[in-house]
Amino acid sequence: MNILGLYNYWIVVILMLIGFYIVIAHENLVKKLVGLAIFQTSVFFLYISMGKITGATAPILDKQWQLYSNPLPHVLILTAIVVGIATTALGLSLVVRIQEAYGSIEENDIQIQDTQDQFECQLEAYGVQEKLTTFDQDLDE
Amino acid sequence: MGDLFAVVMLSGIYSLLSAALFLDLHAVDVAFTEASVGAGISTLLFLATLKLVPRYDKKSRYKPTLATGALLIYGTLDMPHFGKADAPVHEHVAPRYLNESMEEIGVPNVVTSVLASYRGFDTLGETLVIFTAGIGVMSLLRISRQAKEESKSKTPADMQQQVILRVVAKMMIPLILIFALYVQFHGDYGPGGGFQAGVIFAAGIILYTMLFGLSTAQKIFNRKVLELFTAIGVFLYASVGFACLFMGGNFLDYSVLRHDPVHGQHLGILLVELGVGITVASVMMTIFFKFTWRTVKHKYNQ
Repeated sequence: MNILGLYNYWIVVILMLIGFYIVIAHENLVKKLVGLAIFQTSVFFLYISMGKITGATAPILDKQWQLYSNPLPHVLILTAIVVGIATTALGLSLVVRIQEAYGSIEENDIQIQDTQDQFECQLEAYGVQEKLTTFDQDLDE
Repeated sequence: MGDLFAVVMLSGIYSLLSAALFLDLHAVDVAFTEASVGAGISTLLFLATLKLVPRYDKKSRYKPTLATGALLIYGTLDMPHFGKADAPVHEHVAPRYLNESMEEIGVPNVVTSVLASYRGFDTLGETLVIFTAGIGVMSLLRISRQAKEESKSKTPADMQQQVILRVVAKMMIPLILIFALYVQFHGDYGPGGGFQAGVIFAAGIILYTMLFGLSTAQKIFNRKVLELFTAIGVFLYASVGFACLFMGGNFLDYSVLRHDPVHGQHLGILLVELGVGITVASVMMTIFFKFTWRTVKHKYNQ
């Protein structure tokens, strides 16, 4: 029975793993950012639920209340949320630039294009490019 | 789920629900921030991105197996129980904040006094992070002045024809802006403060931009003025800190600002929160404008 008092941490763990799963499993970069946001909120819940005291009230001082929840996690998480939106905005603008440069926001497509570029650069460095083009022409003929 | 629009809307709903949960956990300021930032601005920025990237994804995915969860749950077994007043979290610095902040700072909202005064240096850092993120977005989504001039003449707002939305918004926008100012200056006594007020103010202007067009909004909120204001907020915050130094106190120790320490704290918190509000509002507006200019560029210059 004692273990049941820990349910807030289990919710945090489940949410955290859902977010983590989305970040790993999906190839779409926008979905990865949504997964990161869920991961982030799970950490917010961890902090805020630790600060709560049953039967207390929000930490705004008033004469008719004696017991308040812990204000420190609230402060930390409040700023974390705003920093979170700032980093999300930065991530989204990176996604926009990736879409413009690669024409896709799927991780797999981007990696294939990168490998192709790398391969061509190496061929160029070894001076194989001309031979390849003549080889292509031979094939076309 | 292949439709990214549905994904983004659901994550907005998730944010709003988690704001309700934060309220239940007695974190009123956090709930306020999550509702305005997570459900409001974040969803908006995701939608602005969706205008620039394909709406449907390819449904390809990896299949990872996660054993981490079991380990994490095992790790929670030693944690203090939920809602217990004798948990270690409540025993170190929190009682001091709750018992003595009224005499030292004189502000009923303990979250505000911790945020702006006890941990003022921390908040200065957070404001700088937002400023830096704003600069990052500005440099990533830069577009040339020529492209901007070309598209300026032909950018009608997408929702210019929606008469009902326009009339309702005309009534709503002044109220939203006044509410933002209330949240800004009433943050000492109730939930609220610079972060939330900045985001709400930006949301009001963004609503205006969406309905009346980007070039109309930028007549009032010029790009250069906005970029200046992002810096002015951080500058105001830091200069309050330096003013404390020159008047004989520590950095961001507001007690020396006036003859009475509590009055000094009041003045310091007011100025610092104003700095935070200015920076957050102008960074959020700048980010949204950058995304919208990008959309305009794609629409007309291809």
